[in-house]
Amino acid sequence: MRLADYVVDTYRAIYDWWVGMGLDPLFLEIIKYLAQSVWILALVVIIVLFLVWWERKIGGHFQSRMGPMRTGGWHGWSQTIADALKILQKEDIVPAKADRWVFNLAPLLIFVPVLLTLIVIPMGDGILVKDLNVGILYVFAVGGITVISILMAGWGSNNKYSLLGALRTVSQMVSYELPLILSIIGVVMVAGTMSMGGIVSAQRNLWFIVIQPLGFIVYIIAATAEANRTPFDLPEAEQEIVAGFNVEYSGMKFAMFFLAEFANAFIVSAIAVTLFLGGWQGPLFPSWVWFPLKTFAVVFLLMWFRWTFPRFRVDQLMDLGWKVLLPLAFLNILVTGLFMLYL
Amino acid sequence: MPPDETKATVEQETDDAPELHTEEFMVNMGPQHPSTHGVLRLQLTMDGEVIVSAIPHIGYLHRGMEKMAEFRTYPQYLPMIDRVEYVSVIINELSFCMAVEKLLGVEIPIRAQYLRTLGCELQRIASHLVWLGVNSLDLGALTPFLYCFRERELVMDLLEALSGQRMTCNYLRIGGVVADLPEGFMEKAREFCKIFPKRVEEYERILTYNEIFMGRMVDVGVLPLETAIACGVSGPNLRACGLAYDIRKVEPYAVYHRLKFDIPTGKQGDSWDRFVVRVEEFRQSLRIITQCLDWLEKNPDGAVISDEVKLVVKTSPGEAYGRVESSRGVYGTYIRSDGSTKPYRMKLRSPSFSNLSAFPKMVEGMFIADLVATFCSLDIILPDCDR
Repeated sequence: MRLADYVVDTYRAIYDWWVGMGLDPLFLEIIKYLAQSVWILALVVIIVLFLVWWERKIGGHFQSRMGPMRTGGWHGWSQTIADALKILQKEDIVPAKADRWVFNLAPLLIFVPVLLTLIVIPMGDGILVKDLNVGILYVFAVGGITVISILMAGWGSNNKYSLLGALRTVSQMVSYELPLILSIIGVVMVAGTMSMGGIVSAQRNLWFIVIQPLGFIVYIIAATAEANRTPFDLPEAEQEIVAGFNVEYSGMKFAMFFLAEFANAFIVSAIAVTLFLGGWQGPLFPSWVWFPLKTFAVVFLLMWFRWTFPRFRVDQLMDLGWKVLLPLAFLNILVTGLFMLYL
Repeated sequence: MPPDETKATVEQETDDAPELHTEEFMVNMGPQHPSTHGVLRLQLTMDGEVIVSAIPHIGYLHRGMEKMAEFRTYPQYLPMIDRVEYVSVIINELSFCMAVEKLLGVEIPIRAQYLRTLGCELQRIASHLVWLGVNSLDLGALTPFLYCFRERELVMDLLEALSGQRMTCNYLRIGGVVADLPEGFMEKAREFCKIFPKRVEEYERILTYNEIFMGRMVDVGVLPLETAIACGVSGPNLRACGLAYDIRKVEPYAVYHRLKFDIPTGKQGDSWDRFVVRVEEFRQSLRIITQCLDWLEKNPDGAVISDEVKLVVKTSPGEAYGRVESSRGVYGTYIRSDGSTKPYRMKLRSPSFSNLSAFPKMVEGMFIADLVATFCSLDIILPDCDR
């Protein structure tokens, strides 16, 4: 029996009992939505805390260091928890001439797409909050909000470095959203559905990476840029524009941007797994083991990029996006279409 | 901080689009900025991401090093030299010692000369390693930085064995060096010579021909040879322009005339050439070190400091100039003596200062990211610049 079925059955049993008592089912619905929200929030926090620690360990080992080793005993496992507790106590500084509303709202807004996206990602057989029939379209639609939040952060800070960073982000994310979305159209064409659950079950026999290798490569490159990670971390290139859009942020507000970056890395990897690597499907182990296993393998790939490559320059970044990735994505759609038509 | 000067200068008009105004704005890059290597302040006028003009403001680290020399005896000032520029200390000590020794007219024992050369080349490797690490860091590649510092640690161990200090070595004395090789040094140095070439290959594999790295470095920050000579640029920066000018060959000091080594040169003086020249200098320095070690092993006896130098160093009146090829370029010490135990006037010719003077011409019209790549490829040490 699937893990998800237990949850559903339990809920059904409670629901029947509740209605049998002659009580209003609306109350129970609200409880259900609250529980789902808590599940998503808890998931984000746990994943992000783990990813930060993992990134530091991987970075350390790439650089012939150990990474965090002290806090919590075994390989510094509680380092990020300690960091999070520390950063909560830090002074929250708002620059005197900042646009206070915009400045304060930006770090909250950056978490909105993160939470909204996780609703539709199937993390196991039936483990998802809502399987929308336009799932993948929804993911990229809400993903667009990230740009607004970063632009708000850069503009509201009233700092030239912030503004430069924000402008870089906007140009980068808008440019890379096109190849990103076009790269997955091939998958949608083959699967014949935009629902995330549907795409996963369409890969029962064959992972889409096998029939969409070009789409996967374009997706991974564009997704790295979309998550603002090296070699595309221009928005916060500390050697050039200090810290870009988050230069004026301190304390928990900075942490929000920092955590959102890791959450985004997780989300783009999770989408890569769902669309190209067969989702939660796999032999022997249950689905809720396969999904994190595959996703963290893709996250590891992103981290590998980060600790290996130097950073692109603004014009080179644009060249790559518009002159290389976009034509490749179109080519992928064309080839996929021709195959579907004649084979 | 100066007032925020913004002025509308660029006005673009297209045929049917409404009039579009863009404004240039001023950014103070530094003195606190991650990639200005110390406390350089660059006053940048920017048009979006493009630099219209860059004015370096120096002097934040001015400590009056030249004036201080007038109040200290020669041996007292020797440790101060290490603080003027702290990345290639032994080479700079040599420049000071050479100037004083010229005034004294003493003969330096040959073993001391070899030890000095050995120390200089170890220091050159350590200094270039710092540069290589920081250069890759400034381009956003975080890992080579740690690799370089891993190897630098090996050099630091050797320098510590030689002099007792890791960074501010104070290894040289007027008339020689402080001590002969310690026990076990030879084996450690040989081991380093064996390990290091492999590590240099590793840096080359991860950086030199990396597509992104070349995209960031090739044709970026081109320094024409004429400008380089006009600004007094020296060292690897000058050699990257194609001129094989090296004090070690042009005006050999210590025992460089006895040693075999090549002077690597670049072609067009861009950031990538400067990078390749310095990486090749690793290999050349290693060649020199190996030859020094061979000689020192064959000739284990001999004085390491001249007997003629008294405890109180009192020079004859006159002037002397000692110049050496430091890891950044020509480092010179000019001393004017009135016959007392202290210099009447001392002047340091620092390569960083001259190299920085070519910088504003190089960066006009480039992206801010290229400015960082160019600046770090020049390998400027700000304390050396300000003195």
